[in-house]
Amino acid sequence: MSTDAKPRHAIGHAIKRKEDPRFVQGKGHYVDDVTLPGMLYLSLVRSPYPHAEIKRIDISDALKIPGVKAVITGADLEAAGLGWLPTFHGFDKQMVLAIGKVLFQYQEVAAVFAETRAAAADGAEAVQVEYEPLPAVSDPFTAKKDEVILRPDREAKTNHIFHWEVGDRDGADRALEKSARRVKQRIWFQRCHPAPLEPCACVAHFDTMGRLQFHVTSQAPHVYRTALAIVTGIPEDKIHVMAPDIGGGFGNKVPVYPGYVCAIVGALKLGRPVKWVETRTENLTSTGFARDYHMDVELGASPDGRLTAMKVSTTADHGAFDAAADPTKYPAGMFGIVTGSYQVPVAHAEVDAYFTNKAPGGIAYRCSFRVTEASYAIERAMDILADDLGIDAAELRRRNFIAKDQFPYASALGFTYDSGDYEQTLTKALETIGYQDLLKEQAEKRARGELMGIGLSTFTEVVGAGPSKHFDILGIKMFDSAEIRIHPTGAGIVRTGTKSQGQGHETTWAQIVAEELGLDPQTIMVEEGDTDTAPYGLGTYASRSTPTAGAAIAMAARRIREKARKIAAHLLEVGEGDVEWKDYKFQITGVPTKSVTMKEVAFAAYTNPGQNEPGLEATHYYDPPNMTFPSGAYVAVVDIDRETGEVKVRRFLAVDDCGTVINPLVVEGQIHGGLTEGFAIAFMQEIQYDHEGNNLNTNFTDYLIPTALETPHWETAKTVTPSPHHPIGAKGVGESPNVGSPAAFVNAVIDALSPLGVRHIDMPITRDKVWRAIRGAQAVSVG
Amino acid sequence: MRVNVAVNGAAYSREVEPRTLLAYFLRDDCGLTGTHVGCDTSSCGCCVVVMDGEIAVKSCTMFAVQADGHELTTVEGLAQGATLHPIQQAFWDQHGLQCGYCTPGMMLTSLVLLKQNAAPSEADIREGLAGNLCRCTGYQNIVKAVQQAAGVIAQPAAAG
Repeated sequence: MSTDAKPRHAIGHAIKRKEDPRFVQGKGHYVDDVTLPGMLYLSLVRSPYPHAEIKRIDISDALKIPGVKAVITGADLEAAGLGWLPTFHGFDKQMVLAIGKVLFQYQEVAAVFAETRAAAADGAEAVQVEYEPLPAVSDPFTAKKDEVILRPDREAKTNHIFHWEVGDRDGADRALEKSARRVKQRIWFQRCHPAPLEPCACVAHFDTMGRLQFHVTSQAPHVYRTALAIVTGIPEDKIHVMAPDIGGGFGNKVPVYPGYVCAIVGALKLGRPVKWVETRTENLTSTGFARDYHMDVELGASPDGRLTAMKVSTTADHGAFDAAADPTKYPAGMFGIVTGSYQVPVAHAEVDAYFTNKAPGGIAYRCSFRVTEASYAIERAMDILADDLGIDAAELRRRNFIAKDQFPYASALGFTYDSGDYEQTLTKALETIGYQDLLKEQAEKRARGELMGIGLSTFTEVVGAGPSKHFDILGIKMFDSAEIRIHPTGAGIVRTGTKSQGQGHETTWAQIVAEELGLDPQTIMVEEGDTDTAPYGLGTYASRSTPTAGAAIAMAARRIREKARKIAAHLLEVGEGDVEWKDYKFQITGVPTKSVTMKEVAFAAYTNPGQNEPGLEATHYYDPPNMTFPSGAYVAVVDIDRETGEVKVRRFLAVDDCGTVINPLVVEGQIHGGLTEGFAIAFMQEIQYDHEGNNLNTNFTDYLIPTALETPHWETAKTVTPSPHHPIGAKGVGESPNVGSPAAFVNAVIDALSPLGVRHIDMPITRDKVWRAIRGAQAVSVG
Repeated sequence: MRVNVAVNGAAYSREVEPRTLLAYFLRDDCGLTGTHVGCDTSSCGCCVVVMDGEIAVKSCTMFAVQADGHELTTVEGLAQGATLHPIQQAFWDQHGLQCGYCTPGMMLTSLVLLKQNAAPSEADIREGLAGNLCRCTGYQNIVKAVQQAAGVIAQPAAAG
């Protein structure tokens, strides 16, 4: 397996992004930029109540508003057989518009279609809905009691959605029983929201041939096409899904939302194009939330800190519908990665999920399904154990790391880790940040009563879903695809089943093609998001693009190379067996002076192919043999003001190992962005509900996005441990910083507060919570 | 009501509903879709445009009629023909954008920032951009881009 040490033609170069000239000139093309003749606007009526019976809906006033063309309700949709929408989880369904009762605040109740954006909003205001409030269930522990059954539409009269478990419960219990030391902690990963800056949006239009032309903010356009065919009964060939430029996704744009179905129904019913663009409030209150896992984590260890066993029992809040977009066999996603980077001899993990009167979701927000929750749990628990044992947090991790020579490593919870060198990555992190000096400084400050903390996170992810024997969405296996066409002049086009939302595929995909074929990445066009032209694929989320489509591109390019070899042999007038691919061109074996470039071969493929089939193109569907396992070692250094509780992140270093790096510029940019989202989750963000089920974070004044002012300066470095099973050794990186960083921030804060006896604070770690923890500790020490 | 504005040097005269927000006037009436809308609360800054060459305004927080008689610059007005403005070039060079949604507002705020302070420190830039949110970049490369642009604008010949 090659590494970055060898100079490459196109991979590993910090090529400036090819997509950027259009974005910096305001020429990006987002869904809301689509305007069609005669287009109507859709506005949704939403419930003010978290749980209520709908007694009556009166649309007569709305229809009197100038410009309002139609209003539809759940009853209308149900009559048309479109009342419910299957969730991507596959085990539940979601109301498109409320039928009989509403189950969460801001749930979609009626759809208003009008000539203008403003008239649609006026119409929505004018729809009169009479509600009979019902008792609301706003947390999973109350839901568990089944005193109020939220989903009478389901056969099982319980709020319990599923129980999932993996590992050896009895073995873990016995091992914990025998362990010299045990630590246990309830850790809550709070409810968050991906909040991409571009809200969800669509334009639905039936063309003159009756074909649905559907422009939509989708991370998975092909899955949308298939799902829409299933939901609406429109034959799949009569559906054209187009995902243009997407203003950030982060998992939020994976599910199909009620607004999309309403827009399609409106376009069909009214014979005109319909645009729906949600408001920020609608985005935060009704589209896919993330996390909301209450995790009871227990670790056992020997006196010298060797892990003996792990148990995690999780209570999950899934909201009103089970809309977590997890692969069918994995209702709790990849939560089994919870043993992290460590050798855990025996482990058991279980998740019980419940319905509550909250928005549906549980989506993979900038992480492979539930990996963030799992990584946070183990990395927090390791620090709690280190504190309990009085062992340095870095040293405890070293003692338990899966060693470099143990890969492929079969974890106690069923994953086969592909590769890693955790020791090297941690060592690089500690040396780069100056860990020993920081410890010394901390000791001096502690002696003076100052609060300084150093937090580590040495996480391992499992990404790139995935092998078709295990992974599917609605039954569709999670392969991905690439189609490459090389034109006569040596330029070309690559299309994939993935869909960039800022990840830079237009550049990195071109680099893979250019690397494999010795061509110029500047003349390789990348096209994604159009289901009429792109090969079928499952889309971009869960860090799967590079592990799946990136691999498919390399494999398709290699197919092209094999065909090109035949044409090269013809041009060089030798047998195919006498031609070798060396230094990015074909040459007669051992004779570097007798060579032809791929550009020359491409021209010949259309002008002089000899006895060979003309043309130069290939398609590959890549079914990965395994997941990839990116890892990292992160260090946060914080200072806390004892009087105000203010936490200042003084330094943050991320050392990532994502295998082969395709474009260091893009990788570093993704790490900066992911760390900023991790920072936000650690310190600022929570979608809170009060006990009556009211959403308290309905816009950016309550759900805070960090600005340039409070965002720390990020330091980055890398180690390179290629994936042994990926064609170019790449593992995926976009989500690592969001997965790995929350634990580093929280560990740093708790480390700073540990002299006061503080052992854990749940995120978001606000100044208020820190201040209370300091005050509480002081009260105890005084008392 | 009638609104007369000059946008990127071109005159627009349109009849609008009084409640029409400037952002939608630019997008829907002028067809300038580079101005984006990302929130309902004036928080995100995706919609920032420049008024009269010196004020960065959130166009979702102004009525179109309030812009009557004013000159506006949107992202479409930054480049001179095929030549990118130094701020555009710097955002590209420094990888100061990913999804591109916040970028027009971010660049226009930077334009005004650099007019007010030709040689800003990192702290000045971070403070100056605090009204513009970005979910992708973590701001670090945006700061570098503004620094690069400041250098080029100050010494255009030296930048080559």
